[in-house]
Amino acid sequence: MAKVTIDGIEVEVPNGASVLQACEAAGIEIPRFCYHERLSVAGNCRMCLVEVEKAPKPVASCAFPVADGMKVFTDTEMVRRARRGVMEFLLINHPLDCPICDQGGECDLQDQAMAYGGDKSRYKEEKRVVKDKYMGPLVKTIMTRCIQCTRCVRFSAEVAGTSELGGTNRGEHMEIGTYVEKALTSELSGNLIDICPVGALTSRPYAFVSRPWELRKADGIDVLDATGTNIRIDTRSGEVLRMLPRINEDVNEEWLADRGRFSFDGLKRKRLDRPWVRQGGKLVPATWQQAFDAIAAKFTAGAKLGALAGDLADVESTLALKELMANLGSSNLDCRTDGAAIDISRRDFYSFNTSIAGIDEADALLIIGSNPRTEAPVLNARIRKRVTAGGFPVGVVGPHGLDLTYGHDWLGEGGATLRALASGAHRFCEVLRNAKKPMLILGRNALTAADGATLLAVAWQIAAFNGMLKADWHGFNLLHRFGGQHGALDLGFVSGLPMAKMLSGGVDALWVLGADGLDLSAVPASTFVVVQGHHGDAAAARADVILPGAAYTEKDAAWVNTEGRVQLGYQAVHPPGEAREDWKVIRAASAVLGKPLPYDTLEALRARLVSAYPAFGHGDALPRFGCTDTTGPAGDISRLTDAALALPAGNYWQQDPISRASETMAECARTYAAPAALAAE
Amino acid sequence: MTAHGHAEPTSFAFDDESNAAIEKIVARYPAGKQASAVIPLLYIVQRQMKRQTDSAWVPRVGMDAVAARLGMAPIRVYEVATFYFMFNTKPIGRFHLQVCGTTPCWLRGSDAVMKACKDAGHLSGYGDTSADGLFTMTEVECLGGCVNAPILQVDDDYYEDMDYESTVKLIEALKRGERPKPGSVIGRQTSAPVGGPTTLLDVAGE
Repeated sequence: MAKVTIDGIEVEVPNGASVLQACEAAGIEIPRFCYHERLSVAGNCRMCLVEVEKAPKPVASCAFPVADGMKVFTDTEMVRRARRGVMEFLLINHPLDCPICDQGGECDLQDQAMAYGGDKSRYKEEKRVVKDKYMGPLVKTIMTRCIQCTRCVRFSAEVAGTSELGGTNRGEHMEIGTYVEKALTSELSGNLIDICPVGALTSRPYAFVSRPWELRKADGIDVLDATGTNIRIDTRSGEVLRMLPRINEDVNEEWLADRGRFSFDGLKRKRLDRPWVRQGGKLVPATWQQAFDAIAAKFTAGAKLGALAGDLADVESTLALKELMANLGSSNLDCRTDGAAIDISRRDFYSFNTSIAGIDEADALLIIGSNPRTEAPVLNARIRKRVTAGGFPVGVVGPHGLDLTYGHDWLGEGGATLRALASGAHRFCEVLRNAKKPMLILGRNALTAADGATLLAVAWQIAAFNGMLKADWHGFNLLHRFGGQHGALDLGFVSGLPMAKMLSGGVDALWVLGADGLDLSAVPASTFVVVQGHHGDAAAARADVILPGAAYTEKDAAWVNTEGRVQLGYQAVHPPGEAREDWKVIRAASAVLGKPLPYDTLEALRARLVSAYPAFGHGDALPRFGCTDTTGPAGDISRLTDAALALPAGNYWQQDPISRASETMAECARTYAAPAALAAE
Repeated sequence: MTAHGHAEPTSFAFDDESNAAIEKIVARYPAGKQASAVIPLLYIVQRQMKRQTDSAWVPRVGMDAVAARLGMAPIRVYEVATFYFMFNTKPIGRFHLQVCGTTPCWLRGSDAVMKACKDAGHLSGYGDTSADGLFTMTEVECLGGCVNAPILQVDDDYYEDMDYESTVKLIEALKRGERPKPGSVIGRQTSAPVGGPTTLLDVAGE
């Protein structure tokens, strides 16, 4: 530790910390452009200059290590003059187009120019102009505004792991870009917009849409992948205008994946905004009462009933549906609408037990049947960070040639390799067994195969055999794909008839919640289908009654991410038309069905949730745990087939009803499906 | 098709001569630090292009070949290649006339050298390539030959103590396919004073 005095305030910081970090520890804000705490230090903007005692010149605090007894002054005449000089140079070539700049109002340069900018320009010569670059459908560039801090270059190389941005040419002619015109291939490219301190990289879909001070902000949880990224939903006049990440060190740090950030325009299209009832083979608009009456006619005492909860169902409504079905005397529940053979007998059989933050501690990784880069890009960035730190061998069982953004050892395609890993015959076992905290990540999609249950058992066996399950370390992880999946499993929404039976005529009436994308076309006509959801996707086509629900931005709801962390998302906008929050719909239906649920408010429902499932009472804290009982899920390893493990079908951008309805995501799919011919600038 | 008949190639592969040179160069760096060889490898690309197309330049596919060879992201190679003006990222003429315009050369008449290049080479100015595809003229920063200023560098060769006439003569010779001997055109010995050495005249033993 080093004792440093900043403006008379004494602080103690670790050796090797920078002066800037010491200033922050002392509570003093240092202006900066190029410095970003999650990126390497570049030290090229010079805005963070401070005075250090006995140093003849101002020093760049971001790149200057502290020394014991150092005295730093951040607000002397020398510092102010130095920063004013830096600012004047930065503004020489920066256009004064703040009134038409999308960064206006949340621009680091604008803010800091208020403190250090001159009141008039002394620069009479011609300003330089830089041609805008094409970076794909998400990131818009106005490169004349660029101050060449190289944050984007470092982000793409260090965090995203797709080195595509660089500074070409030199001096007056230096430009930030891709050199070869191309769309950025990262699933984290939206974060470039956030880290750009000026208006050079802005959001293309958000261009000229709104000013930051016009926006209302609500805290939400991204449910379009299972990371549980903390987001801020910006709205104006009841319309979602953009999504930004919130900082949560344990989950997403400060990143957000592109699908979560840009697919919200799908929330305005193809929406179910009123109830529909099938009459004479055709869906016709109906009132809520008519819809409930139609349901009441079929959900009768003698009928065989079933319910499905899908990928995007929130915890509260899933619980309400489960209790409604129980009151109606049915235990036919299934929330595994993708057909994954998940065993809910123990929570650690289906959770990401190591936790996302726990990846930082792990020292070896085996990925089975998953491409985390497209299934959970932010989580993948965490893995990449760990790989970059060194001493983290990664083995992959699955398709050959995946680009995970980090080096890995491809071990095999499927069954044969897994058997070898489970029995110790595989060379990679040596790596895992020599590690202190090895972990494996099993992709949920792999469990949708015919031998999914066997695969789950084998994966557990691999974990047990290779020292991943210890009293103080749990290295078995299932990577889910959507925000509603883990929560429904926690509620035990798996009982009675499995989904396949329910879909093939096993029940007389079926209630489908939050599974708008589920293909129900094979359900026989004799089964009465209630579809409760927000998008007119595949499921609605087969519905007998459609109950319009709320999307994740339109309700206060709890979500459980892949590591089992319970997080609350808040309502940002109202559901469209007559659509209502899902738990309220179920509560209202229960009254019409004559089995009213015992809660009238969300608070009462949550109280019930916590009393029935105490795991939901811990807030978003996630206790770390080990594994003392290594008995695995049921499954006969000898029945494992040699079939290759398959990754989720389709492209990254269109995986759920919301992103499928999104124009922005459709454009991404078009762009990346057929990359434009490469051409040198 | 770019100017002077040099198309942007669609592919680039190192030839045997280049491969032999690369092997030697890469071996100089410790394992895992091969990226350090990026500058010499870009030179190899430029020389190979000279051999193959008579225009010493580094096409984008050539940079990609360097990136693949050294295990770097292509953009990291683009950054280096565009940073140093010794690498031509566009096709140039057969002879690269590099006029030093830094102060010592300028004081000693680099403007006349430049004008001679323009007149004799039929060039409009810096950056231009003559219509016959023979010459490209660029202005370069100090070549480090200030004692013999002004300097005209033709490809890799320095021609020193230039003036208008000697530059025209040199360019005419290049046009005829000759390659005059590099060095001082007024016949001085390396950087010794004009007219011969004035010190160390009686070295013991000589």
